[in-house]
Amino acid sequence: MTRPVAGVLVNALLLGGATMTVWPLLWMVSVSLMSPGEASTFPPPLLPVRPTVANYRELFAHAGMGRYLLNSTVLTITVTVVSVSLNVAAGYAFAKLRFAARDRIFKVLLGALVIPAQVAMVPLFLMLKHLGLVNTYGGVIVPAMASIFGIFLVRQYALSVPDDLLEAARLDGANELRIFRSVIVPVLRPIVVTLALFTSLGTWNDFMWPLIVLSDSERYTLPVALASLSREHVQDNELMMAGAVLTTLPVLLVFLALQRYYVQGITMGSVRG
Amino acid sequence: MRSGAAWWFVTPALLVIAVFFFLPVLAALALSLTDFDIYALADRGNLRIVGLRNYAQLLHTPLFWQAFGNTLYFVVVGVPLSIAVSFGTALLLHSRLVKFPSVFRTALFAPVVTTLVAVAVIWRYLFHPHYGWLNYALGRLGLPAIDWLGDPRWAMPAIIVFAVWKNFGYNMIILLAGLQSIPDQLYEAARIDGASMGRQFRYVTLPLLAPIVTMVSILTIAGYFQLFAEPYVMTQGGPLQSTVSVLYFMYEEGFKWWNLGSASAVAFVLFLFIFGVTALQLWLARWQSAA
Repeated sequence: MTRPVAGVLVNALLLGGATMTVWPLLWMVSVSLMSPGEASTFPPPLLPVRPTVANYRELFAHAGMGRYLLNSTVLTITVTVVSVSLNVAAGYAFAKLRFAARDRIFKVLLGALVIPAQVAMVPLFLMLKHLGLVNTYGGVIVPAMASIFGIFLVRQYALSVPDDLLEAARLDGANELRIFRSVIVPVLRPIVVTLALFTSLGTWNDFMWPLIVLSDSERYTLPVALASLSREHVQDNELMMAGAVLTTLPVLLVFLALQRYYVQGITMGSVRG
Repeated sequence: MRSGAAWWFVTPALLVIAVFFFLPVLAALALSLTDFDIYALADRGNLRIVGLRNYAQLLHTPLFWQAFGNTLYFVVVGVPLSIAVSFGTALLLHSRLVKFPSVFRTALFAPVVTTLVAVAVIWRYLFHPHYGWLNYALGRLGLPAIDWLGDPRWAMPAIIVFAVWKNFGYNMIILLAGLQSIPDQLYEAARIDGASMGRQFRYVTLPLLAPIVTMVSILTIAGYFQLFAEPYVMTQGGPLQSTVSVLYFMYEEGFKWWNLGSASAVAFVLFLFIFGVTALQLWLARWQSAA
């Protein structure tokens, strides 16, 4: 194959692939702006005849969408702040501080990565019910306050922090908390951003656990609410597309803004591990 | 250095993980040996230890076997397909002939970060028998329409197509990083020895990427065994229970019928199965690299 032909072929294949991945998302936005019933024609229409935000207004006015948006936002921010703090502290300690049985504990944690989270769900539900946390924000937040993967990710990155940096700070008489705050955290900033991104997108998108632990629709997160709405409104495609836009557009935008950190996290968490 | 300070850093995270993960996992094992149901939920006095009866009963539950079969179908077809697409796109992105690599990479990766429930709603519509784009495309190609989510033979393939679309970008990034880490000199040496593109791929790319491919397949298989939201949103397990997955079965058993003992047994069977498959793959990989 000559070089120009190969070049055209490679780019054409990628263009085809990229069209298939992006197009359903663009079409979602387009249908969300159609009037009710407009998308249920054949052949499927590409663009709305007269774009309208009526579906969005309907979702906020009658489907409680504002409430779900608020629930998802509050939960995502809380879980991200708490779990990133705990994971960064622990990941740093596993990489750079000495304490009894450090390596043995870390091995146990790594081994536990093979246990699917769903194994814990039934007892966790009973436990949170006992604590009065079922059907509350706490039921979503509390089990997510730390994660093995997060600790692992931070440790991998923190291993590359030179010990001299710590020694110098200790010689200056700084205590461990101060060293962590003013020396370590700035150095770890890239991985902190990565972990925050992973955690927030993961929390926002999470479905099975919020579905189990939140029973009152007042407390639903967006994915749980959307799944429930879509079971009720099987025929209202335009309305459901507007719901899908509200659910997934925020994460897509955050990802687009910070994708460098996201991609770095994937390759760090896997290739080097 | 005093190890006292270190404990302040690790204890909060370890405590959360111990109390809200390790403890429930152990409790799940214990719970799976009891007949915990809606009566026990109301009054613990109704709780009895039944040994392995939940497990024995599962083996006599046709729907459990069907869920297991459906999940295996999803894994056995979905994982190779998914990794093949990841590999193909990674190779294309790695080519020096690509005009806008970062634009293509972002576009191909986008489905990974979308919300599963939201894109499942979109795809449910793309699969619509009358108004969906898929059947429109089939029609343009002169092929008969398919009732994707309404036909028991097609519902699982439809979910597999959706899952591949949603997930392939993740492994694509990992494989691309692997490709980029292969030094150019190796290809150069192969070229000087007169190796064709095909042979370079066979004798340079594949062997060097083998450990990454092994890791990617282990993680993908474990992930695909956890099929749940796709059938929950797109088919509700139907038609004719052709898309009930093990976790979907567990969810209904536990949180619809409140047979929490039995649901824990389901979760453990799934875990042991994933564990077995992972161990087998690791063993195969070691055996292969030793040979």
